[in-house]
Amino acid sequence: MAAVASPVVSWWALVPLVTFAAAGFLLLTMASLVRRPPAVLAPAWTVAAGVAVLGYTVPMWSRVGSDGASSFLAGAVGVDASSVFVTGILAVAVIAAALIAHDYLPREDLPGVEFYVLLLLSAAGGVVMASANDLIVLFLGLEVLSIAVYVLAAMHLRRIESQEAALKYFLLGAFSSAFLLYGIALVYGATGSTNMATISAYLARTVLIDDAMLLAGLALLLVGLGFKVAVVPFHAWTPDVYQGAPTPVVAWMAAGVKAAGFAALMRVFVLTFGTHVSDWRPAFQVIAAATVLVGAVVAVVQTDVKRMLAYSSIVHAGFILVGLQAATDRGNSSVLTYLAVYALLTVGSFAVVTVVGGTGDSSHGLDSYRGLGRRRPLLAGAFAVLLLGQAGIPFTGGFVVKLGVLVAAVDMGSYWLAGAAMLAAAIAAFVYLRVLVAMYLQEAATGSEPAGAVPAGALVVIVVSAATVLLAGLLPGPLLDIARDAVPVLVVG
Amino acid sequence: MTAVALLASAGAGSFPVLPALVVTPALGALMVLVLPRGRPELLKLVAILASTVTGAMSFWLLSAFDIGDPGFQFLSETSWISDLGIAWLFGIDGISLFLVVLTGLLFPVALMAIDPGHDARPYYAWMLLLEAGVMGVFSSLDLIVFFLCFEVVLVPMYFLIGRWGHGNSARAATKFFLYTMAGSALMLVGILALAFLHADATGAALSFDVVAIAESQSLSTGAARWIFAAFAVAFAVKVPIFPLHTWLPDAHTEAPTAGSVILAGVLLKLGTYGFLRFGLYLFPEASHYFAPVFLTLGVVGIVYGAVVATMQADLKRLVAYSSVAHLGFIVLGTFALNTEGIEGGLLQMVNHGVSTGALFLLVGMIYERRRTRLIGELGGLQKSAPIMAGIFMVVMLSSIGLPGLNGFVGEFLVLLGAFNAHRWWAVVAAAGVILAALYLLWAYQRVFHGPAEGDNADMPDLSLREALVMAPLLALIVFMGVYPKPVIERMEPAVDALVVHVERHVDGFSEPVTQMGSDIGPAADDHGEHG
Repeated sequence: MAAVASPVVSWWALVPLVTFAAAGFLLLTMASLVRRPPAVLAPAWTVAAGVAVLGYTVPMWSRVGSDGASSFLAGAVGVDASSVFVTGILAVAVIAAALIAHDYLPREDLPGVEFYVLLLLSAAGGVVMASANDLIVLFLGLEVLSIAVYVLAAMHLRRIESQEAALKYFLLGAFSSAFLLYGIALVYGATGSTNMATISAYLARTVLIDDAMLLAGLALLLVGLGFKVAVVPFHAWTPDVYQGAPTPVVAWMAAGVKAAGFAALMRVFVLTFGTHVSDWRPAFQVIAAATVLVGAVVAVVQTDVKRMLAYSSIVHAGFILVGLQAATDRGNSSVLTYLAVYALLTVGSFAVVTVVGGTGDSSHGLDSYRGLGRRRPLLAGAFAVLLLGQAGIPFTGGFVVKLGVLVAAVDMGSYWLAGAAMLAAAIAAFVYLRVLVAMYLQEAATGSEPAGAVPAGALVVIVVSAATVLLAGLLPGPLLDIARDAVPVLVVG
Repeated sequence: MTAVALLASAGAGSFPVLPALVVTPALGALMVLVLPRGRPELLKLVAILASTVTGAMSFWLLSAFDIGDPGFQFLSETSWISDLGIAWLFGIDGISLFLVVLTGLLFPVALMAIDPGHDARPYYAWMLLLEAGVMGVFSSLDLIVFFLCFEVVLVPMYFLIGRWGHGNSARAATKFFLYTMAGSALMLVGILALAFLHADATGAALSFDVVAIAESQSLSTGAARWIFAAFAVAFAVKVPIFPLHTWLPDAHTEAPTAGSVILAGVLLKLGTYGFLRFGLYLFPEASHYFAPVFLTLGVVGIVYGAVVATMQADLKRLVAYSSVAHLGFIVLGTFALNTEGIEGGLLQMVNHGVSTGALFLLVGMIYERRRTRLIGELGGLQKSAPIMAGIFMVVMLSSIGLPGLNGFVGEFLVLLGAFNAHRWWAVVAAAGVILAALYLLWAYQRVFHGPAEGDNADMPDLSLREALVMAPLLALIVFMGVYPKPVIERMEPAVDALVVHVERHVDGFSEPVTQMGSDIGPAADDHGEHG
């Protein structure tokens, strides 16, 4: 009797996934066994898991660099330099979200442990997405990531906005998952496989006489993933959910979920359907232009800082698409750099929002920021750096990454798209200026609460992210070098 | 020859003076930030020291500058983003030399003349960062680094206007920021397109080296015109050229005095300098093609600025609108595309920086004493402040363009160049000179003459410090009016080379020197023969 061939498992490549998942489950188990776990346990545990994964990406990176990309588990999961890079971004986002939440949860009197468990599980899903080599695995990762975030969005039990946000996110998210699944089914029908490498190889040597089913599948995949990364016209949930969800969750959604989503978009469209780039690129270009312009214009009329940042995250998503649609190595590395810097910009910004939001997570109006420059100089200064970074002002990391995606677009000859993106950036600058005006040029509203100390966790996130954004703007070389090497590839198992 | 090749021939190892011009104020800003906030006099000392050292280095450039060399000097290069061929590439020629010197002069003057009043630490830090950015614009030869500096000066200026300005300064600052940022949005796309098209056409590696791109002229006519248009919008907003000038009166009026001095003296020159270095030099054909548009807008700006200035009730706003008129002259001279015109425009850049800078300082001093800038509330100041009145008179006459003072030389050359190239434009522009005399003399008459009543009667005259601050500006006004040769002889080789460059790359275009055989006077012979 022949032995059943078991698939090859490269455990070394699964360490980040296993770490996040195991850390989540262990934390849940521990918390249920100990009667009253110390408050610092869960955040410290989560940060430790994040740091472990982040540290592990270093040997993983060099191993991928020397051995090349590989796939395992019967070709279902692949590991390449880009998935290691995105895993690193996810780890940073987990660490930051945990640090912000450490002060936030006790302040809001919310259950402590569940937040971190869900965060870790969501991160595990993100890692799966970033290294999926099969559309089904991609879907699994997306669901693990999303379901955890649906619950996280509803964590703030006493705020009706939080419940509303979660419900909206869940309903629309479920729809988009259905679109994604249907797209996968159609692609399977057209190509006979769900394995990305197989599909790509099949499309490279086969000319489909009738590619309607494939194109319909591509369109549905775009809808499903476009919803996750919030590009126009699939963005409508973003402002409501960002406004309503607990702020540390928003930090994770903006930084982590978006990174995983764009990694998936890149794997599916640029790698798997690279042969059909002339079919999907026009759609991506239209969506990118609409996203940057709509996001920027609508952001201008907001008065709630969380909503402003929500729309600004839509603008950023559009910018990332500008790099993605190039479908070149240059474009891919510009997307990865953008994701890295954007993650820092958002976690830092939302850390500031968490602190300023105060007890009840409700003071998010522009008025709450008035006179912040005088009341809390350090906080305001770091926020100013982050906002200028988001605006893409030179000598911040924000400029370097914007330059990157524009270079990729212009290299492809997409001049009008690059022009639209820059116009949108100029419009969006007004949004950040409004916050700066409130912080520095207006006096504090009477009766505003006196400045308290900034909690340690949030402070670390704010200072480190602002400093890194500045550093990346002054000396972008190392970041760009790493991202250049982080080329995504598909390997047949 | 690329700038890098020039660099190799220049011999490495010499002191990188141009990067030092950028780094010194930036380091000064950092130092200011770490000093204790409770010691404003110490902060001021450090700020003045940093800007004076920078100024001294820029003056040293004047003497070290090789007069006969039309190319770029003091080159230095440090790789930055090697992947994209972006480098810290610095170098100056006769065109940028005087703008660097002007920057080096005006910053210490502005810092010494006025104290911020509150929040000294961020004020000095922003001023020094502004200086670093401006120096970077004038001396960088890498398109991306140029763009970086061009954009980054918005941030310090925004805070300077917003936090230390008067009236509705937050609105003026935001307007300034958005106008300029929107204007230059497309320039970055233009820069990238230019570099990629150049790399494709020549087969060279991606590079943003201005000299290499300008000398190869490898773009198609159509592409060059589009990209020139993208650049031109950015510069036109910055200059500002009518009808994109609407941010300027607000920004000037609401800005603190030092902000107005720097804004008028240096920042507006970023646009006119941009037209010379990144318009004419990079896109000679497109500049020639679009020249009628800019000539017309320049003349419109001259007349419009003068007429509107006449109507102003606010002294500072009057000076602001006079800037619109003066910059119209510079644009007119630049797009005359001959040596006289460009040289005159360049001289006017320096003159306007000195004269209008001095005017803003004087208006600021009046405001400090009287807390008003409304012409109607002032009067008879000559009796209480005779020294101030005298200085104001000289500066004003220089701004009008009185022979013997600096404004005359520049304006004359501009009109001469424009007359040779486009006679009727010059005729209309000359009317602007008369209008300038009208609004400035009328304003002077209302502010300084007549009976002094109320607070005007006992307004204190200039203090010693204020007089000392004005002294170098006055000296320059007279010196450049009487003996402009040292300035012109340094400018001329570079300007001539630029005109030859335009001639070479525009089919059928030759420098308009004298039309219809008319003899236009000795100056044309002096300066025209090189073209």
